[in-house]
Amino acid sequence: MNLAMVRYILGYILQIEGALLLAPALVAFIYQEGTIQPLLVTAFLAFALGLMLRWHKPKNQIIYAKEGFAVVSAAWILLSAVGALPFWLSQEIPFYLDAFFETVSGFTTTGASILPAVEDLSLSLVFWRSFAHWIGGMGVLVFALAIIPMADNRSMYLMRAEVPGPTAGKLVPRMKDTVKILYSIYLGMTILQIILLKLAGMPWYDTLINTFGSAGTGGFSNRNLSVGAYQNGTYEWIIGIFMMLFGVNFNLYYFLLTKKFKDIWKNEELRLYLAIIALATIGITINLGGLKNNLSGSLRTSFFQVSSIITTTGYSSTDFNLWPAFSKTILILLMFFGASAGSTAGGIKISRILLIWRMIIRELKRLLHPRSVGVIKLENKTVSEKTLQGVSIFILVYLIIFASSLVFLSLDNVDFETNFTSVLTCLNNIGPGFSLVGPMGNFGFYSPLSKIILSLNMLLGRLEIFPLLLSLMPSFWKQK
Amino acid sequence: MRIVLVGDGKVGRNLVKNLTEEDHDIVVIDNDPEVIDEALNTLDIVGVCGNGTSYKIQLEAGVDKADLVIATMDSDELNMLCCLIARKLGAKHTIARVRNPEYSEQLHFMHEELGLSMHLNPEYSTADELFRILRLPAALKVETFSAGRVEMVELRLKEQSVLNGVQLKDIQEHLGVKVLICAVERDEEVFIPGGNFTLADGDKINFVGTPANILRFLQTMGYDKKPLRDATIIGGSHIAYYLGRMLSGIGIQVKIIEHDHDRCLELSELLPKAMIIHGDGTDQDLLLEEGLDKTDAVITLTGMDEQNILVSMYATSLNVKKVLTKVNRAALASLVMDKGLDVVVSPQEIIANRILTYVRGMQNSLGSNVETLHRMVSGKVEALEFRVRSTFSQTGKMLRNLTLKENTLIACITRGNEIIIPFGDDTLQAGDLVIVVTSNQHYDDLNDILKN
Repeated sequence: MNLAMVRYILGYILQIEGALLLAPALVAFIYQEGTIQPLLVTAFLAFALGLMLRWHKPKNQIIYAKEGFAVVSAAWILLSAVGALPFWLSQEIPFYLDAFFETVSGFTTTGASILPAVEDLSLSLVFWRSFAHWIGGMGVLVFALAIIPMADNRSMYLMRAEVPGPTAGKLVPRMKDTVKILYSIYLGMTILQIILLKLAGMPWYDTLINTFGSAGTGGFSNRNLSVGAYQNGTYEWIIGIFMMLFGVNFNLYYFLLTKKFKDIWKNEELRLYLAIIALATIGITINLGGLKNNLSGSLRTSFFQVSSIITTTGYSSTDFNLWPAFSKTILILLMFFGASAGSTAGGIKISRILLIWRMIIRELKRLLHPRSVGVIKLENKTVSEKTLQGVSIFILVYLIIFASSLVFLSLDNVDFETNFTSVLTCLNNIGPGFSLVGPMGNFGFYSPLSKIILSLNMLLGRLEIFPLLLSLMPSFWKQK
Repeated sequence: MRIVLVGDGKVGRNLVKNLTEEDHDIVVIDNDPEVIDEALNTLDIVGVCGNGTSYKIQLEAGVDKADLVIATMDSDELNMLCCLIARKLGAKHTIARVRNPEYSEQLHFMHEELGLSMHLNPEYSTADELFRILRLPAALKVETFSAGRVEMVELRLKEQSVLNGVQLKDIQEHLGVKVLICAVERDEEVFIPGGNFTLADGDKINFVGTPANILRFLQTMGYDKKPLRDATIIGGSHIAYYLGRMLSGIGIQVKIIEHDHDRCLELSELLPKAMIIHGDGTDQDLLLEEGLDKTDAVITLTGMDEQNILVSMYATSLNVKKVLTKVNRAALASLVMDKGLDVVVSPQEIIANRILTYVRGMQNSLGSNVETLHRMVSGKVEALEFRVRSTFSQTGKMLRNLTLKENTLIACITRGNEIIIPFGDDTLQAGDLVIVVTSNQHYDDLNDILKN
């Protein structure tokens, strides 16, 4: 393990966070809030600590997969630990653990909150929480890759550890160019959504909060009732559609820009993603009684909720906790699915579901014809057995973590539905669950142990389990 | 520049590493997913898995927009086909590896008709490099510039050399020969020396001059009084054939030891002047029987790096004057250089250098482009030959008034038929060929040598 290099990159990450903290500080300045002091102190601390960490440039700059995993998991924990300081220093969230939970929830684009009333929080801190969504959505290290001058070309290890999906690929030969393209698309779509929301009549501050929430597929709102608070159909359509768009693999937008329309149309993951959204929307609309009265209203509500849940955003336009069982069950299924690989969304990802489905079909065929040989394809490319194995193991580990987290949470003695959906919603980076943690509830009542478990779940979910799981093993950190 | 490399073999890997370091956008095509994976892990490139001669795969790799396509697959025919398709798709330049001697006779036709910009024959290029070194047995490395009229020679100063303790500015009067020492390696450290630099025993020096002057220089220093008479080649590869032909051509007695009987027959047919021995080149008894201890030079060219190294070490222990070793893996090469084997050549390095030269030349077809590029001292120093064009801002200015970048030296000027070893009052004129030696990397224009 090249610890010196891990330290060095972490130093950069901290400095980037220090710079990013200036944004909420500016908000605090504009609204003349007292939080400007804790924000600036944290920014200074992050910057100074970052400077210290990268004081000595390591001689050996080579990183391998191991260092890639280490940097990514350490960076995300560190980001959250430092990012939580303003909440705690300002005493707007009195307990550090709660502040940490809130920040992890921000960076991992979960959107689960411990706050009973968001409106009590100062505007700048609400902004910081949502801004964390936007940063975390695309990935911090991927962003850092565009800035850090790396002597070595092994940055692929970092990208692979952070970008969600079974396989990670570059759009153009240079990592830096790839990152620039991805971030330009991200930024472009973000700005578009801000403008559209503004045109629809939303106040500036709210457009930023809602756009950050949907772009990072996070789901933090500045209202306790989430998007439902506005009671505005146009907002719901805009946010609903943009959430769906941010759940699409960003590579496809690059194809759009380079006019490779055929590649987009033929993309199997995109087709299945859109099909699932359509089916779920229709099913819930019918279940909500939309055919009998108020078709357009039910259609809008169900599309918004489906889009919000499948992209693991977690906005709500209504209290779906009160929906009939069928609709709730559909939502739970969508929570597992998640959106496309290479998007800002969490969850298992549609492409993994597709691969698992094809593996099941192949296995069934093999049982009937023991000598049959089958190759599994995705997007017209043969998927290697190594990748397939990786996908199966991923699902397995995912379930194991799910089950063991559930055991820890059950110690708090709340009802099963709450616990089950809490783990589900954190592990998949969604936000609200059902029952006590439903769209109108919050996670404040959980014990400290459960909060730690749920924070870990969020990080595991965002980093797709393995990087963080590896760094939890002591042997991983040995020098040899 | 956008470069597509088809076939990521040993040569390919080395090349990609060098090219990415020079900031080119590289796409690699190979049909082995593991190879692609490995390349993606270590290098900043994009990989496409598939058949490089397929139209579809080439389009996927963006060959149509590529500036250069390099085909280094195993088969000559595939490489040529690949380049042909690439040309038709719109690639600007193509380079193919063509190693079969039969094809080399029709190269002119291929360049014209297939639109091939350059062909690579690693075996021939390696043989050529070995041949140049063998002609000056004291040299560790010999490179040529200006179509052979200027040479650059690498040499290690022996114990109690006449140059020990001599300052560079005094060399002329000391030996009375016009050569210029342009790079010195001492204990892993590289110097681009100025006039006050003092030489010491054990230094590895690089110097430029005309072939005649270099020979005189070597003789005054006490090297190479007798030219090479005979050479023993271990391993009858393609390189051995090319090298045998070149050596026989200048009257050197060649002995090739090869273990495969059919290959021996083939070689004896191809090289009537050479003596072909059928036997195991690693067998000490056989080597002694064939007079390894009395031969002037031993060149180990078997397909196995380890065998080459061992036999070369054995030959060195028998005090053979000149031992040349071919090593494919570049990492091994630097390892054994410390172990007393002075001359180690690696075909991949040679090919990589040739392509790098081509790429740097291509990059700047308007300015004073790179005509020749050689890399010395394990790649730490580059010697570049530029053609001075009108775009050079300092034509006609005396060299002593030019402010060059650190560690940069103008080593030689070729003007018409005249070879000038430059001093402070010489000038650069448009049309000159100028050799620049530097330990800075990536110059591709003559203006790059100037400060600011």
